[in-house]
Amino acid sequence: MKFTKILLTSTALSAVAGVALAQEMSNDMTIVSWGGAYQNSQLKAYVEPYQELHPEVNVVWDESSNEAVAKLRAMNEAGNITWDLVDVVASDAIRLCDEGLAMEYEPNELLAEGADGTSAEDDFGDLIVSDCYIPQIVYSTTFGYRTDMVPEGAAAPSEICSVFDLETYPGKRALEKRPINNMEWALLCDGVAKDEVYDVLATPEGQEKALAKLDTIKDNVIWWSAGADTPQLLADGEVFMGSTYNGRLFSVIEEQNQPVGMMWDAQVFDLDGWIIPEGLDEARLNRVKDFIKFATDTQRLADQAKYISYGPARLSSAPLVPEDMKQHMPTDPANAGNTFLYNYEFWADYRDDIDAKFQAWLAQ
Amino acid sequence: MSDVTETIPQDSPEQGRKKSDGKIRAADGTSLKRSLNRALRRQKLRALILIAPLLIFVLVTFIAPIADMLFRSVENQIVAQTLPRTTDALADWEAASGQAPGAPVYKALYEDIFIAQERKLHTRLGSRLNYELTGASSLFRKSGRGVGDMGEVYQDQFEDFDDFWKMGENWNAFLGSDEWLAEIQAWDKASGDDQPAFEMRDGMEELFPQTAAKYEIFADFVQYEDEDNLYKEDPWALIYSSFYDDLTGPTATQIAAYDGPAAAQIKAATAAAADFETVDYAAAFADVDKDWAETPIWETIQTYSGPFTNGYFLNAVDMQKSPDGAELRPENQRVYGTLFLRTLFMSLMITGSCILLGYPVAWLLANLPARTANLLMILVLLPFWTSLLVRTSAWKVMLQQQGVINDTLVWLGIVDNFNRLALINNQTGTIIAMTHILLPFMILPLYSVMATIPPAFLRAAKSLGATNWTAFWRVYFPQSVPGIGAGSILVFILSIGYYITPEIVGGTTGTFISNRIAYHISSSLNWGLAAALGAILLAVVLALYWAYDKIVGIDNVKLGG
Repeated sequence: MKFTKILLTSTALSAVAGVALAQEMSNDMTIVSWGGAYQNSQLKAYVEPYQELHPEVNVVWDESSNEAVAKLRAMNEAGNITWDLVDVVASDAIRLCDEGLAMEYEPNELLAEGADGTSAEDDFGDLIVSDCYIPQIVYSTTFGYRTDMVPEGAAAPSEICSVFDLETYPGKRALEKRPINNMEWALLCDGVAKDEVYDVLATPEGQEKALAKLDTIKDNVIWWSAGADTPQLLADGEVFMGSTYNGRLFSVIEEQNQPVGMMWDAQVFDLDGWIIPEGLDEARLNRVKDFIKFATDTQRLADQAKYISYGPARLSSAPLVPEDMKQHMPTDPANAGNTFLYNYEFWADYRDDIDAKFQAWLAQ
Repeated sequence: MSDVTETIPQDSPEQGRKKSDGKIRAADGTSLKRSLNRALRRQKLRALILIAPLLIFVLVTFIAPIADMLFRSVENQIVAQTLPRTTDALADWEAASGQAPGAPVYKALYEDIFIAQERKLHTRLGSRLNYELTGASSLFRKSGRGVGDMGEVYQDQFEDFDDFWKMGENWNAFLGSDEWLAEIQAWDKASGDDQPAFEMRDGMEELFPQTAAKYEIFADFVQYEDEDNLYKEDPWALIYSSFYDDLTGPTATQIAAYDGPAAAQIKAATAAAADFETVDYAAAFADVDKDWAETPIWETIQTYSGPFTNGYFLNAVDMQKSPDGAELRPENQRVYGTLFLRTLFMSLMITGSCILLGYPVAWLLANLPARTANLLMILVLLPFWTSLLVRTSAWKVMLQQQGVINDTLVWLGIVDNFNRLALINNQTGTIIAMTHILLPFMILPLYSVMATIPPAFLRAAKSLGATNWTAFWRVYFPQSVPGIGAGSILVFILSIGYYITPEIVGGTTGTFISNRIAYHISSSLNWGLAAALGAILLAVVLALYWAYDKIVGIDNVKLGG
């Protein structure tokens, strides 16, 4: 009798203690991502292992990364933030940080140090392009082409200017319906040196020049706006070559076995990563911080590369990437011979201006 | 009306006198007109109460959000709110002079940006101004980082001179009122009580106008935005530069006579401040970015300093603000006019093809025996129950160059394999797909009108000698016109705001203005411009509706019966 009483009391006490602890950390987390294979890689590499450690945590996915900036702004104005963690590309993260919609953080406080002991700040290095941004992966936008549509007698396209060479490589091209990347490639193939591209593009003459170069292939371009478009167009044989994210091409080539080749030249390096929305309450913020510390450590970032061919954003993760995936990584030395780094600051400034000109040119 | 008679008052001598003026009166002696009005008003009120739930619902969920969104097309308070001192100081500056503004403007800019960067508002303003001037975004981001160093010049000198000025407690003891100091020292954060709001010591605003004003802002920020204990908080660098301004400014003589708390330290600081190194804000800002030394950014700030702007509307009609008033944008930036015209033209095309395709189907539906007609009706409605995205994507598979239609045509030998038809990613694609999607909106009103036309009319016409064509054209068609009207309005207004289908199948020549609106809402975050474009679209639709009413008459539109 006495024993049961003690037992009961202690259970009640520990239950109370448990509740007290749980109050500090919310058990629900809404993660926003891109859906598809990419979100799946995050589920496998980050969320499922985390839930094994913390079975009480319930994760809801929202596939809204595409319009995360607009939706976060609307949520912020309505004063009701329903997201806990948002996956966005670097340029969006910069905008969100500028608008005060994303939370600034201290890398060394929030993130785990590297497996080799380097501080988080050094391990991520320059990839922390904004005070709000927690990078996950490095991806690149590059071209894929139909191997069976390469004209007889011509070598498979291996350099960026094949895109503008309609004589050797006739056929349609798929390009993204925005100026970013296309303007840089156009200038590169119009004889502008790589390190001068942004200086030239900053001038109205340079912008004209880039558009004039794009004009030479305009009639042969199908413009895409969703990442899934180019792989589909390539698989259908609608286009000869098209730009898209290297992970998408990887799945067309390796997983769907389509006759598609990858062109590693002047591919544009870009980042994808997390931001924490500004204005979370303490319990939710604690949970997110706990998750982030886990999900961005050296091992977890390397794990993601098992499921998708994007390079981990941590230096210390690189040696842990599985051997068979290394050759598909945009960061692999064999692939990264001639790369192009997305200039965030430039596009934050010139995006509105050049986009207006680009759209006017498209509508002509 | 029982409630009118309910309130019959007693006859009084006063009313008796009024009766003699010859007006018709109700039983209670008030004039009939007034009593009737009162009864009607009560009736109206009752009707209003009955519809109130719906009215409130519509107002809250429909009208208010739309009004709020449209208001953004002219709203522009962010500039004056973020840079209040700068816009004031800049008011007299002449852009035409070609000279950058004078020193007071730069000092105001320093103070504004300092406060804005503490509140993290400067980058938001940068994004806003970047819509008008390329480069403003990074300019404000850089300046936000830069202002920290500018103010520290004074902070360091005060602190090096006397450790007294390092401590937040000392500043509070000097500037805060005695009651507040007692309260804040007794306050315990853990108790859960609100932090006692800062109160300025009497006379400080006159003696130290700059410092007091900035300290109020600082206190407000610490207490309500950072939610820290103000008593222990060391002040911003901005407070030190303002303090320097006061010590060397117009109130210096009164300060010399000051004998309140910290009087000794202030006296010493005043003496020392005379030899302090000063900051040339104009040079400091030019150092952060040379754009601050040039006129365009100042011109932009001045042009957009008002609480409202027509800038977004001008942009939406391919114009821009310039020193000489509104002017057309350079040709290589004009896009919205083209898009508006294209949207109208293509919506008309889609409406036209819906009429051509829908009319025979509706006629069949109305004239076939019920069993067959029902089956046909299901076929018409089937697309209604299929997801819009699925239908649009299906068209992609059908229409693309390696798609079903082209393959069939090549197989039939109608089209050469190397010259396959371009049916998608252009206007053709948009018109085909949208005609298909909007067809039910044409067929259904047409059918419901045709179903009411008695078949006897046609038979009568023919028995009177009319040919099939005459009977249709002179007798049947005029009766079906209200259905065409209703269907056309539906299809036209739906298609003018369509977004997803043109986005997927429209390529570059088949997209609508709505695609640009979506871009500005979700990508460029230029909600002001999106709102202006939306407002124009709304106005165009209303104008067309009005014209339709004038020409055809809205009474001639029938959705059935």
